[in-house]
Amino acid sequence: MPWDRNQMAARAAEELQDGMYVNLGIGIPTLVANYVGDKDITLQSENGMLGMGPFPFEGEEDPDLINAGKQTITELKRTAYFDSATSFGMIRGGKIAAAILGAMEVDEKGDLANWMIPGKLVKGMGGAMDLVAGVGRVIVVMDHTNKHGESKVLRECSLPLTGKGVVDRIISNLGVLDVVPGGLRIVELAEGVSEAELRAATEATIVD
Amino acid sequence: MKDITVASNNCGVDGFGLGKLLDTKQIRKMMSSYVGENAEFMRQYLSGELELEFNPQGTLAERMRAGGCGIPGFYTRTGVGTVIAEGKEVKTFDGQDYILERGIFADLSIVKAWKADETGNLVFRKTARNFNPPAAMCGKVCVVEVEEIVPTGSLDPDHIHLPGIYVHRIIQGAHEKRIEQRTVRKREEA
Repeated sequence: MPWDRNQMAARAAEELQDGMYVNLGIGIPTLVANYVGDKDITLQSENGMLGMGPFPFEGEEDPDLINAGKQTITELKRTAYFDSATSFGMIRGGKIAAAILGAMEVDEKGDLANWMIPGKLVKGMGGAMDLVAGVGRVIVVMDHTNKHGESKVLRECSLPLTGKGVVDRIISNLGVLDVVPGGLRIVELAEGVSEAELRAATEATIVD
Repeated sequence: MKDITVASNNCGVDGFGLGKLLDTKQIRKMMSSYVGENAEFMRQYLSGELELEFNPQGTLAERMRAGGCGIPGFYTRTGVGTVIAEGKEVKTFDGQDYILERGIFADLSIVKAWKADETGNLVFRKTARNFNPPAAMCGKVCVVEVEEIVPTGSLDPDHIHLPGIYVHRIIQGAHEKRIEQRTVRKREEA
């Protein structure tokens, strides 16, 4: 069985180590926070917060306390607030150890596309271009194929890029792949997924 | 007033905030990083009624900060190799490519703070600070809306987030604070 959303998030949480400052994107990456356990991780929200806490209890929501996805959140003892220029200064400056992001497409050179589909869907890049250009390690969490069954792990991205050569690791519903010279290397298979299945769902070059 | 160019991360939501100026077609051009959650913004952009210059969020914030600091341009790695780099100067520093981005010098800044004293020193609250300080800095004239105007001397000088030198007008108004994505967790059963 391929991993579900929560299993992918749990696998992504294994990438995190004590002491890391980490930025989580919207969607499955947000779920990663549920699986960090006892690890000492500080979450950054690029709208101006380090030390992001969990969702508030009902009735304790504060309109002045939201994450980058505009969701109500809470603060922790370690929390610090700052403006957007300072926030992206720490991102661009390489102070954030890792970003875990979703993707529409990723390719064997580590190129990432996740902000628009020309003529169809225009969302904007938000802070994603800054994050992939600035953080220490970029981990993409995504379904391996789209709803038509076509691979999203490509030889070359067809959509407008968010960043070029920026992805370090891909965690999909089928397994884990690293971007290495010459293509992608299989690190791990989801439980019950065969290497043949993963290769069949991957357009990108897989190297040993 | 029409044909306004607005630098703002997004364009508010439908019918609220900057969304009101979209509805009245007073905006000619937006400089933003995000179009989502605003159907009218996306409609005007896709139909060509509205010009949209996409800016990565951190680049937009830094362009405002730079403008406010008298810096006309800076180099950043953000957007290298993407459509954002098209038409921009690329320069290599220590083997790494960077693109030239321009500081923003605005005629008018409109921002929101939590408290102002009577000299315009501002304090923001939690994540509502976000773009407000750099946006305030880059305008020739800055108008701030606050929840409370307090007597000069009642704010701790060490805790001022934006000095009043950047602030020209203060408006204290009853205003609505919306929550766009209300997310909560359940209390543990006792």
